[in-house]
Amino acid sequence: MTGSGVRLRVRYSKTGKVRFTSHRDVVRMWERALRRSGLRVAWSEGYSPRPLLSFGYALPTGAESLAEYLDVTLAPQLFVASGSHWAAEQLWDDVAEPPAEPPAEPPAEPLAARLSALLPDGVDVHGIARLPVGSGSLQQEVSSCSWKLEVHGLASEELTSRVERLLAAPTALVERERKGRITSDDLRPAVLALTVVRRAEGGAVEPTTHPEHAWLQAELATRPRGVRPRELVEVLGPGTKLSRACRLQQWIERDGTRIEPLAICGHGAGTAATRAERRAS
Amino acid sequence: MVPVDTPNIDLPTPERSAPAPHQSLWTRVEALLFDVQKPARYVGGEQGARSPVHGEGRVAWLLCYPDTYEIGLPNQGLQILYELLNDRDDALAERSYAPWVDMESAMRAEGVPLFSVESHLPARAFDLLAFNLSAELVYTNVLNMIDLAGLPVRSSARDPSDPIVVAGGHCVFNPEPLADFVDAFVIGDGEEVVGEVNEVVAAHVPVRSAQAREELMHDLARIPGVYVPSLYVARYEHGRLVAVEPLPGVPAVVEKRTIADLGQWPYPRSQLVPITEVVHDRLNVEVFRGCTRGCRFCQAGMVTRPVRERPAHQVRAMVEEGLSRTGYEEVALTSLSTADYSGIEQLVRDVIGDPRHEGRVSVSLPSLRVDAFTVGTAAEIQRVRRTGLTFAPEGGTWRMRKVINKLISEEDLYSAVDAAFSQGWRRVKLYFLIGLPTERDEDVAAIAELGARCAEIGHRYHRAVTVVASVGGFVPKPQTPFQWASQDTAEELRRKIALIREAARGTRGLTIRWHDPEASVAEGIASRGDRRVGGVVERVWRAGGTFQEWSEQFDLGLWEDALAAEGLSLDEVVHRSRDRDECLPWGHISAGLHPDFLWGDWREALAGGAVEDCRWTPCYDCGACTGFGLEHVVASPHPPAGGSQGTGQNLEQGGRVPVHLVSARR
Repeated sequence: MTGSGVRLRVRYSKTGKVRFTSHRDVVRMWERALRRSGLRVAWSEGYSPRPLLSFGYALPTGAESLAEYLDVTLAPQLFVASGSHWAAEQLWDDVAEPPAEPPAEPPAEPLAARLSALLPDGVDVHGIARLPVGSGSLQQEVSSCSWKLEVHGLASEELTSRVERLLAAPTALVERERKGRITSDDLRPAVLALTVVRRAEGGAVEPTTHPEHAWLQAELATRPRGVRPRELVEVLGPGTKLSRACRLQQWIERDGTRIEPLAICGHGAGTAATRAERRAS
Repeated sequence: MVPVDTPNIDLPTPERSAPAPHQSLWTRVEALLFDVQKPARYVGGEQGARSPVHGEGRVAWLLCYPDTYEIGLPNQGLQILYELLNDRDDALAERSYAPWVDMESAMRAEGVPLFSVESHLPARAFDLLAFNLSAELVYTNVLNMIDLAGLPVRSSARDPSDPIVVAGGHCVFNPEPLADFVDAFVIGDGEEVVGEVNEVVAAHVPVRSAQAREELMHDLARIPGVYVPSLYVARYEHGRLVAVEPLPGVPAVVEKRTIADLGQWPYPRSQLVPITEVVHDRLNVEVFRGCTRGCRFCQAGMVTRPVRERPAHQVRAMVEEGLSRTGYEEVALTSLSTADYSGIEQLVRDVIGDPRHEGRVSVSLPSLRVDAFTVGTAAEIQRVRRTGLTFAPEGGTWRMRKVINKLISEEDLYSAVDAAFSQGWRRVKLYFLIGLPTERDEDVAAIAELGARCAEIGHRYHRAVTVVASVGGFVPKPQTPFQWASQDTAEELRRKIALIREAARGTRGLTIRWHDPEASVAEGIASRGDRRVGGVVERVWRAGGTFQEWSEQFDLGLWEDALAAEGLSLDEVVHRSRDRDECLPWGHISAGLHPDFLWGDWREALAGGAVEDCRWTPCYDCGACTGFGLEHVVASPHPPAGGSQGTGQNLEQGGRVPVHLVSARR
């Protein structure tokens, strides 16, 4: 189904008060915004038709993100509703070039700006690109995510030594209940990188003013099973608590290189590789 | 007026000494949101929300809904007042909803008071807390919100400068259970009176002395439709209410307010679109207000008369504008009985047939009349995603339905159900009441028979069907002909439910569901109680009984203990029937219905007599129109095709089961 129509990949951020909405809430706000946008989204067939929207890994409720993605399949016959002020050509102009980085300023392209205006405060579109035919879904392709996490409860030396211990350990087991049974999962293989960052490096996330708060930067794999920020903080041991989380990037791995998911929409593999190199450096 | 010794249970209450700070609590609220369920309940951010500027010359209203955000957000009455107030130069309004128990304990632990969802301002930054009362079991939440705001729950204990607590909504047709906590009640339609209240308050704020506050209360009481309970004295003799007497200068009877023409009030113009899931998450357009079907148990139908239809062109415009503004793909045409709207089929066809919608928009009619014709309309509009159809015959036998004046013949019901199954539905839900006046066991058992016949009809069309008979306990409501009736005990309701389940046992495709009989009893306490029930509500709240509408929080034991502590009994407040001579606690509040009309209709009910719908037949002078110089606003002078119920119907034959049921399998 998803392979048949033209697909757009949208990159957006979710920050501020709206971060307290759930993944399901985000799906609904996108459905409403797209209906109002004039873009003609393809619908699934069957008993209970839905618009063909495909989201990546769900962001936990309460977490912020600078790098959320959504793939939209357009209706094949006519992808811009009549009466809309965009002509088809203009749409392609809008979506031809993915942005290199999430811009600090509000996005300038008409389609992205129009979608941002139709979405709640705190949900902003930063880039839209046409997906090459045959591209896999975000769920299939995204292999890791970078996070910035605010934790509190431990002095920073103690936190640093716990991080070092975790990275040195061969396994990091967490127990969880699944279908009524207690199982033990090893999170260690999914922790690709983890560092304690000084407050001044807080970057996009506001720096904390609390003396016992510290920032962690992490890269967490999505496979074989995803690690949630809360779980990561859990394996750091007792006494520390996650108080804020922000997803900074999602990554697709191609031939040993990390690529930002919009970058695969470039015209030809070479372009994507170049972009990926620039990004990875 | 009656002093109540309140049990000394300490709830940590946000400090009330601090002056109302006009400073946002957001950072303190935000810190609590990581550890509560559904944190989006507390952040606002809806499309259509206003960001009013507080300051001199604007009366600040905090519109409070005493249940969770997802229940309260869609409330149309609250949204209408929100717009009307924010559109004024001399007013502003924000909203607040009852925090769920996890958030409430976090707020109390951190000393965070009740806040608005727009600016996250503390409740004390507002001049008025205005509560919407849609159901009686939320009363303890009203007290909890007043307390979380940092105010004493009892009006008499508040400081002159404290915000004024007002309330409106259907429940205020018996305001007495909350009379000790609410400064002023607004009875009836709020559209006009809210501005009048605003002007009076604007003339008085800031209120600095007890005398100034009393003057304000007297001025409020002079507004037609406003009831200030502290200006009325309840007198009791031998443990029973004998009078509610006005102080000098206030009206002996407060008459409800009614807007004459709904077409002049096309609100809400910008329905709020929440960022998180709520009930009725769709566009809602009110197509008419009021109902004269005359169902005797129905308080909504009695207190909202007469029928005032919105002009069809305005409905279409509100639908079109609303859909394109919100991005919703579903619109509900709301009213107490939408199938009765003049020209409903044409209206529905216009909406779903609009080419701009590409066949994606669905229309829902929240209240279906029971007949095949209505089902045909429903079939036309629910082309996408057919879930189930719901009908409300309410009574199991024709005799019972005549008593309650819900004049659905068995032919109507079976043809409706046949039409539903033949047109593709596989799930039909039937609503019934038990514990009705004059009810006999045969009326109760007949519910299972009706359900079984409906399932049998379904099996002619489908191998597997579900007929759900949903059974609720009848609670006599103030301002209805049944206000004098007795209410069944929980035990009796349980016995009747068991009768139905026994009769339904083994019937393929029929499921019996029932409402908790104990919740009906608690609803009875709050529905017909007098001022003394206020002490009961307060005790239940102090004992931790919030969210009594929610089964996981409900506890009848709290209510029974509180009644006993107040020297009252379930029999006195709930179960006994009332005499004509008895002073009803709500007797000084009028929904426009003549007491003689109500009493006459009650006697008629006991005699099994039915009355017709007066919007299409001659007036029988219930008082709702004549008393206020109003008329029905109905576009069609004729009852709808197929809508036989109660108009031009041979009432002798309603119970006749048709020999031949309609359309065979196609």
